[in-house]
Parts: sequence; C-alpha cells; structure tokens
Amino acid sequence: MTEPVLSVRELRVWYGTEHGPARAVDGVTFDLRPGEVLGLVGESGCGKSTLGRGVLGLLPRGAHLDGEVIYQDRNLVEASAREIQRLRGPELGLIFQEPLTRLNPLLRISEHFEETLKAHEPDLPKGEAKHRSIEVLRAMGIPPTRYRAYPHEFSGGMRQRIMIALALVLRPAFVVADEPTTALDVLVEAQIIGILADLRRNFDTSLLFITHNLGIVAEACDRVAVMYAGRIVEQGPVNDVFARPQHPYTQELLRSTISLSTTGLHYIPGAPPDLINPPSGCRFHPRCPKAMQVCPQRFPERVPVGPQTVECWLHGPDELMPDGGREILVREEITVADEA
Amino acid sequence: MSTRTSGSLRTYLLTRVLLFVPQVLVILTIVFILMRVAPGDPISVALGGQRTPEQLAELRAAAGYDRSIFVQYWEYITGIFTLDFGHTIIDNRPVTQIFTVNGGATLTLTAAAFLVAMVVGVPLGLLAGRFRDTPFDASLRVFGILTYAAPVFFLGLLFQLAFARGLGWLPSSSQASPIVLATVESRTNIFLVDALLAGDTSAFWNGVQHLILPALTLGLLLSGIFMRIIRINLIQTLRSDYVEAARSRGIPERKVVIQHAFRNAMVPFVTILGLQVALLMGGAILTEQTFNWNGIGSQLVRYLENRDYVAVQGVITLFALVVVTASLLIDIINAIIDPRVRY
Repeated sequence: MTEPVLSVRELRVWYGTEHGPARAVDGVTFDLRPGEVLGLVGESGCGKSTLGRGVLGLLPRGAHLDGEVIYQDRNLVEASAREIQRLRGPELGLIFQEPLTRLNPLLRISEHFEETLKAHEPDLPKGEAKHRSIEVLRAMGIPPTRYRAYPHEFSGGMRQRIMIALALVLRPAFVVADEPTTALDVLVEAQIIGILADLRRNFDTSLLFITHNLGIVAEACDRVAVMYAGRIVEQGPVNDVFARPQHPYTQELLRSTISLSTTGLHYIPGAPPDLINPPSGCRFHPRCPKAMQVCPQRFPERVPVGPQTVECWLHGPDELMPDGGREILVREEITVADEA
Repeated sequence: MSTRTSGSLRTYLLTRVLLFVPQVLVILTIVFILMRVAPGDPISVALGGQRTPEQLAELRAAAGYDRSIFVQYWEYITGIFTLDFGHTIIDNRPVTQIFTVNGGATLTLTAAAFLVAMVVGVPLGLLAGRFRDTPFDASLRVFGILTYAAPVFFLGLLFQLAFARGLGWLPSSSQASPIVLATVESRTNIFLVDALLAGDTSAFWNGVQHLILPALTLGLLLSGIFMRIIRINLIQTLRSDYVEAARSRGIPERKVVIQHAFRNAMVPFVTILGLQVALLMGGAILTEQTFNWNGIGSQLVRYLENRDYVAVQGVITLFALVVVTASLLIDIINAIIDPRVRY
C-alpha cells in the first residue's frame, strides 16, 4: 500500500455556543491515499461539512480545532494561518456545494483565475497564466471565448465547472468536494462526477467526497465513511460496506434509499442528536434498533470487521463488555414530546 | 464577449437617460402640486395686509395667478425647460439669480462636506467592519451614532464655541472676512475659485479657514451614515460565499479583504449615495443658517420667512432636479462597477 497523502487522527471541531460547546466533529480518524476517493455520508447536521472545512483549516469564527491532520509530515492543525494559506490552492483544494454564490459577481472569470495563480506563483507571466487557465477551463467544457465573461453570464452547471477548474488550476494533491452536485440537476451531476473521475485517473488526485447521495458514493468512491453525530461510525471499501453493512446506522441508512421498486419509504425514527448534549455512550443508541445494555453506558471501541472498521458494541470487543451488557436495552417509546 | 457586454452597457445607459425625462416631469408636478395645495394664492400670502385688496388683485393678475391652474402648470413646466423659474415676489428678482449668485457658496459647502464625509466615513467604515466587535469597532459605532443623531445646528454651535470662541483657531461664520469678500472680484460666484482667479492666495486661505467648520459640521453628519453603511456591508461581504471561496484558493487574507470584500461592499454604498445627496442638501440649509453662510439654503430660509412662494418653489425645484440628476449619475456609476446592473 502506498503512503497516505492525508492522515486525520482524532480530529475534533467544536463551536462555542451559549449553551456550551457544540461538538460538530468529535474524534474522527481516517487515511486517504493518492488517487483514492473517500465518500463521506451521513444525515444533515452530522458534521460532514465541518469535517471537510476543518481538514483545510477553513472554519468560521468561533470554531476550535484539535487533533491531527497530517499532510506531507506536517500537522495542519498546528500550522500557522500563513502556512495553510500557502497550501490551499497548490496542495489542498475545496469544491463547494452552491456554485451560484461562490464566484465574485464583480470579477471576470479571467480575474478569478489570474488572481489565484498569481497568489501562489507570483512570477508567472500573464500570458502563461491565461494559457493555463484556458486549458483547465477547456477540460471542463468551458470555451475559451467565455474567459473574460462575468459569473452571472453562466448557468449553474457551468459555474460549478468553473469552480472546479478554479480549484484544480494549481493541481492540488488533495481536494474536498462538499456536495458538489447537490444544487445541480442530474445531467450536470453526471457530468461533474465524470470530471472528478477523470481527475483521479489523470492526476492521482485524492478526493474527500462529501455527499448524502448513496448512489454517487457507489458510483464514484473507492471507500466510504459513514458519519453520525460527529463520529465516523463505519468505514471501509464501498463494495463491502454496501454489501455487508456492519453498523446498525449504516444498515438503516442503506434501507432508506429509494429506487423504482420502492413502495414505502423507510426512515430512521427520531432526529440527529443534539451536539451540545449528545447521548451518553454510543450516540446512536436512542435510535438504534439493536441497542443493548452496554450502549448508553460505554463509548464503543473502533473494531475491525473484515475490511471495515466499525464503532459498535455488536462487534465487541468482548473483553471490554460489562456483565449483562449484551441484554437488550429496554427504553420508553420516543414520543413526539421527547423529541421536541 | 466583451463587445456584447459593452453593448448592453450602452443599452442600459440609454434607457436610464431616457427614463430621466418622465422622472423629472413627475417630480416637477409633485413640487407644483405641493406648492398649490396650500390655501390662498402666493401674492395674498406674501403681501396680504400690506396692500389694499385692489392692489393685491392687480398684482395677482400681473403675476398670472388669476388664470386657470392648468395654464399655470403649463407655464411652470415650460418655464423650467427654458430655465425661467419666475421672479421672486418680495424683491422681484429672477429666481435663477438666487441659483447663480448663491449657488456657488452652497456648492462649495456641500462639495467640501461630501469630501469630509468620504475621507472620514469610508475608511472608518472599512476599519470598523474589518475589525468588528473589537473595542475599536465599538467606539467607531458610537461615533457613527453620535454624529448621525446630533442635530446639525447643535454640532455647528459646539464647533463655533470650541474652535472659534474658545480656542480662536478658526472664524465662526461667513464665507470669508468682510474685507476679503469686498476685495475679491466676483467672477464665478464661487469664492475660492474667484480668489484663485484673482491670484490672491491669502484670500483663498482666508476662504478655506472659513470653510473648515461648516464643512466639518455637515460632513461629519454624513460621515456617520457613510461609516455605518460601509461597516455593515463589509461585514456582510466578509461572510459571503465568494470570500470563503477565495480563501479556499489560498488568496492572501489582505488581498481577499481588498479585492473581494471592500470592492463588493462599495456597491450598495454607491447606490445609497444618491439618496444621501438629498440629506446633504437638507443639512446644507441648516448649516448655512448656523454659519451665516450666504448660500441657497439661507436664501431659502429668508424667502420662507417672507412666504415668497415663487422663490421657495424655485429653490425646491432646483433641489429636486439636483437629487434626480444625482440618482442618474449614481445609476451610471453603478452600471460601470457592477456588471449585473446592466441586465
């Protein structure tokens, strides 16, 4: 196995709120190898986007970051603002969810590109910058004649391709794609997925692909990490996880997908937990159909199950299991009032 | 692509200029109606009690106020397009003469005040927005509210007390010292320009010294508003998606703030600038009164006190035209800096 391009260890991100810290990302660990695409899935509000931003050090005011993000033997969590700013662009890239508002309406596309190139390669001649930008745009299907146009002169799909071109013009080794197709229609979505697949094939770019579309994960990713309440509860190769999901949450999530043969909609009862006062022990136990006595008492360990890694007491480890821990957890019905 | 863009800019400008005509007509009509809804005709109001009823009727007929309101309206509108604003009632002087003789003083004051407002308000607004929620920002916000809330004449009086009476640094009223005013030949009716044309630098500096306090008074009022508008716009643009996107591409923070946030924060500010012209002129009336500044504003007050409808109508018409023209200019500037406006 090749060395990982990015190693994340016990990453935590929390936001200070009036009621205490909200732990959006709570101890996340994963590796990403060159040319690998890791899908990150989970419900809204589970911390997917925060994790993506946290890795790049792009968190809003008032957010705190802790743990390790190792890139080229450096811990980005401890890097200075200046250091990480230099890495963003040539080393680390980000593709956003909403392409319509991500380009500065007052600047031409050409200005966006030239500014980006100049920030990292100050000696680059203007002609060369233009040439390189037009090449990347052409690869994304944007004709060179539109190089000097303004953002509002493009459709949403074109703007997303421009955003991708902007993120890639400096050939970063690692890119976070934060729901890059959510705001787009399915045809454009297929196009964007194709572009990202080419990217990996041609340049060995590693991708952290954040999405809540399991179909895209099956199609575009090598591995998948399932996130729940700020933690990765299961990760492994896409085929294995989808064929043999080991965590009850993954199982429920996969049952919730819809296809043409779906007659009724399966959903997971309850809502994602409060990140300020998360449930004790395993965060999923209040909604888990297989909850046991041990689940609310102890935090689950990270356990390898075949090619997967799972955080669930169903898979042990037995030596840590307290007496009677495997008894089924009896709990009151979750009522509407409790949820409120 | 660039040809299409500039083409649409041309189309936009043409439409905007054409729209100017109905805009002016509407505003002139409103001014006319406002002046006529008051009971009584202008002559009786201005001179009632001083003349016999027969004399009043004679004057009314001479001024044309016995004719139908539509004829008067038509005369008013056509008069403005031929630059004939009528004659004042109390001293029978062409209203346009108020503009030419006193306009220079008002122009000097408003231009200087605008300069003060820009020089003080824009940088402070940018700094307050950039360093929001710091003690520095908090004190700037207090400054903004104070200057905005303080009445012009109050601030003017304070300045007069402090810098003229107390410290004796600056003169407290008028455009220049009486002797200087008498010696500089009046050519453009803009005192500072006249002084320069006459090559009289000491008269020029005398004029500048007289200008400082009124310009500060009116300018600070506006600067508080400018500061607050720019601060809030900058805070919004600093939070915007494209600013985060620029950061994600590793653009240095200083460039992110200048290229993406400052510039975009100026767009809504420029839009609001057109409205501030009205405030500037309203403030000029009070400032001119406070500093005994012989501009259009103090003339307006004099004619108002004497209930000279024709003069008042003329000055209000001028102010309205200035505001409409300013908004036209602002729209043009906006179309040049913001490509989206052209669509």
